[in-house]
Amino acid sequence: MIKKYEKPVMLKIETGMMNKFGSSPYYTRKVRTEIDGVKIDDLVNEHGSPLFVFSESTLRQRYKQLYNVFSTRYPNIAFGWSYKTNYLPAICNILHQEGAIAEVVSEMEYDKARLAGIPGDKIIFNGPYKSISALEKAVSEGALVNIDHFDEIYDLEKVAKNLDRKIKVGMRLNMDTGIYPQWTRFGFNLESGQAMDAVKRIVNGGKLILNGLHCHVGTFILDPNAYALEVEKMTGLMYDLESKFNIKLEYLDIGGGFPSKSKLKGTYQSPDTLIPSIDEYAEAISTALYRNLKGGHMPQVYLETGRGIIDEAGFLITSIVTSKRLPDGRKAYVADAGINLLYTAFWYKYTIETDRELQGTNEPSMINGPLCMNIDVIEEGTLLPPMEKGVRLILSPVGAYNVTQWMQFIEYRPAVVLIGPNKTVDLIREREDLSDIIRREKVPERLKIKA
Amino acid sequence: MDRLQKLAVNSEGFVFDPTTGDSFTANSTGLFILNRLREGKSADEIAEELKKDFENAPEEVSKDVSDFVTHLHTYNLM
Ligand SMILES: Cc1ncc(COP(=O)(O)O)c(C=O)c1O
Repeated sequence: MIKKYEKPVMLKIETGMMNKFGSSPYYTRKVRTEIDGVKIDDLVNEHGSPLFVFSESTLRQRYKQLYNVFSTRYPNIAFGWSYKTNYLPAICNILHQEGAIAEVVSEMEYDKARLAGIPGDKIIFNGPYKSISALEKAVSEGALVNIDHFDEIYDLEKVAKNLDRKIKVGMRLNMDTGIYPQWTRFGFNLESGQAMDAVKRIVNGGKLILNGLHCHVGTFILDPNAYALEVEKMTGLMYDLESKFNIKLEYLDIGGGFPSKSKLKGTYQSPDTLIPSIDEYAEAISTALYRNLKGGHMPQVYLETGRGIIDEAGFLITSIVTSKRLPDGRKAYVADAGINLLYTAFWYKYTIETDRELQGTNEPSMINGPLCMNIDVIEEGTLLPPMEKGVRLILSPVGAYNVTQWMQFIEYRPAVVLIGPNKTVDLIREREDLSDIIRREKVPERLKIKA
Repeated sequence: MDRLQKLAVNSEGFVFDPTTGDSFTANSTGLFILNRLREGKSADEIAEELKKDFENAPEEVSKDVSDFVTHLHTYNLM
């Protein structure tokens, strides 16, 4: 067929929104009718929408993969499950069954771990605020307490006095590993000499026995080399303490921070190209350990990986409730889940799958939640085919941080289910109802409305 | 890899650059040229093909091709 000649042109699409697309529009048409063999339809009919769904097999596989990748390189390694990343007891218990100890950052999390049956000596207690009573409980139960600041040294000395014995403690460091922003608010700074001052203070006090170093350089760390640097600095300090104070440390806790395969806003490459494999992190860390540890010395190393273990095991099913055309031409959808449930929406661009095949041309679309607030946006701009009310979206990965940082604001928090072996579906958190909201609320007698 | 090779191009002339996130639309002749540049063809070869495949392609079609190529340069695609 002979076509008509026109002057060749190729124009950049400058709608302001179009050039923010993080992914190719041809990849946005993804359909998912089931999770681990269980139909989306059946899940929603049984448990409602929105609905968080966790895959037990993905979670176990991911844990095993990380554990194997690290333990085959450096055997004396253990994972402390970062409770704040997801502290639903069913999730924590899967990881404890796999061999993880607990890593907690508050008394509430500590109590949760104890309630689950984790003994104190299998709990790492971190964080900038630990009340004296929490410290006393944790110390007497044998927890690994990592000191965050000078006041905590004093508090722990008081605890030692009360218990009338010396107590073992770890110490959190912060340091320059080339990561921006540097997390300098937690622990004692290494380069400025603050960490050494803290050690002197601990030694002079005579009540605490320093037996570990802790550091967490940040989250979603894309450079494996940051960990190599962290290990080098931590081992350097460890041997420094040995020669200066004859301190023999039992553990190095190198924190969490591995990325998940999720797409950060503002990045244009796919997670598959941008995110180093877990082997690269393990290689960087183990190589740095063998390069810096004295021959034959193999201290216990802890990792506190959160996001990197759980994120990809979590999905959120949400339903389209309506759509409108915005004055700028975009299609705006309202879904029944918003940033109330998806704290990570502020920096992730989720994978969006639909529960059915859809007809029609893709068009620039945004997806908003139900919150009646301008910031309630779960997708600012992507190309989606026209969607009717009732179409369900499956968003992923959402397993990390969302079901701990979700908020109860104008809506009930939805049910959470776990898909286990042989397509079993277990409810692991019930949908809230009004009784959950009002249970702690009180109305003074004089303010009661009388019929 | 060549920047041009990385582009996602569909048959309607929608072009997406994964390196920058920029999107473009090309008309039929633009798409014709773009696809042949991606195959590694020279501007002269492409001009010849345009003359064969398109009705009333002008004599100075190679000027259009080089103008189009310049445009790709301004987009940093080449
Ligand atoms: C002390 C500590 N450990 C571990 C983690 C888990 O980090 P991630 O989920 O990035 O692995 C955090 C998260 O902020 C943390 O503060």
